[in-house]
Amino acid sequence: MLDSRCYRVVPPTLVVALMLMMLPLPDWAQAFRPDWVTLVVIYWIMAVPENVGVTVAWIFGLLLDVTQGSILGQHAIGLVLVAYLVQLQYLRIRVYSLVQQSLVVFVLLMIKQLLVLWVNGIVGQAPDDLASYFLPSLMGAIIWPWLFVILRDIRRRFTHTKIF
Amino acid sequence: MQPLFMRGPSITLRTILLIIFSIMLMMVDHRWHHLESARSLIESVVIYPLRYAINLPAQFISWGDESLSSHQFLLAENKQLKEQSLRAQVSLQKLSILEKENERLRKMLSAQPKVGEEVLVAELLSIDLDPYKQQVIINKGDQKNVYLGQPIIDAWGVMGQIIHTGKYSATAMLISDPSHAIPVQVNRNGLRSTAFGTGHPHKLELRYIPHNAEIEVGDLMVTSGLGGRFPPNYPVGRIIEIDRPAGETFARVIAEPVAHLDRSREVLLVWHNPPQPESEPEPEPESKEDPGPDSENESPAQSDTGKKRQQNAG
Repeated sequence: MLDSRCYRVVPPTLVVALMLMMLPLPDWAQAFRPDWVTLVVIYWIMAVPENVGVTVAWIFGLLLDVTQGSILGQHAIGLVLVAYLVQLQYLRIRVYSLVQQSLVVFVLLMIKQLLVLWVNGIVGQAPDDLASYFLPSLMGAIIWPWLFVILRDIRRRFTHTKIF
Repeated sequence: MQPLFMRGPSITLRTILLIIFSIMLMMVDHRWHHLESARSLIESVVIYPLRYAINLPAQFISWGDESLSSHQFLLAENKQLKEQSLRAQVSLQKLSILEKENERLRKMLSAQPKVGEEVLVAELLSIDLDPYKQQVIINKGDQKNVYLGQPIIDAWGVMGQIIHTGKYSATAMLISDPSHAIPVQVNRNGLRSTAFGTGHPHKLELRYIPHNAEIEVGDLMVTSGLGGRFPPNYPVGRIIEIDRPAGETFARVIAEPVAHLDRSREVLLVWHNPPQPESEPEPEPESKEDPGPDSENESPAQSDTGKKRQQNAG
């Protein structure tokens, strides 16, 4: 499914995103940790929708579940839904300015966050502080323009010019 | 190149299939715990190298800290540790005498002797998990015979139990997780209860304690050993708050864990033989069951099977 050029760049960036999710942060900063994997998945589906789709999102969602110690499928279902929404609308999101994109990304991150916390609530206990519901998504939206530029440069380097 | 118009329905279909599959996975994982082997495989093959890489800087910093600290500081620390060890030695001497005495008394009562326990030191990996769950990752796994449901303790008290094992690492649920419960008793008078996690690292909730129960602020709770999962007589928590609301059947009792749940770096893995008449050496059978709230339900079932075995033997 993946184009050979995308092979070289998409999985590594997603793995880096997974590692960023595991990176130890001080207690106060944990609430601000953006959902890196979702951000990177959104970017790649927007950039190369014919190569990266819901299946890739689902696989990395499962890996995220294993790394986070949550129920298998919890993050996967959220990522699949976000990936689907991006695949429906990627043509429209692409032409937005970066600030507008940030708003869309905020909504997408919120959808995933709410879905994950909803499952948390069903199987155990949902967090009771309101901040944990939207702080990670807010951070994600703030980071989006920078992430977009970085990933775009990486993509151009790998897919536009021939290496070797 | 795929035809443009083929993609629309196929993506929707794939999404629906994946969502249904995810829901099924969640149900199977949550209700029946059948996916442990798959999770453990992914964990040891894909995730462990990543975790190791992330833990490296922390390891490097602590190594640098050790090798760069001054001679004076090391000397002082050494002296302090020696003193501490001396003090521990003294109390150990007393303990060994007490242990002998206990053994003698038990023999006189012809009671079941206390079973020895084995421990192994493990270190926490500096990895962040889901911030809404009280879990930690340790650096010992299947390779060191870590099993599901195995208790972990630190120098101060019980920390939790193992819920997933990989080859080189294992995930433990802390006693403060909302889905964890541990059978306890008051050290002073043996009053039994169950301590439930609250999701807050400094709070446990003791449920089903009647208003007139003899329990006071400051009482030490120890593991009762009921359920067979945790070895008896390890400290769990200290009562910090008792509230007896007038209209309700049970008192609201809050305890603070004595283990340093959010500070300890080193933990001890405990292997213990469940105190049963015909105790099997390996604790495998019960470890297959799910951790947490069900642990207190195990004791009746176990004693039943024990009785049946005795009947069969007789």
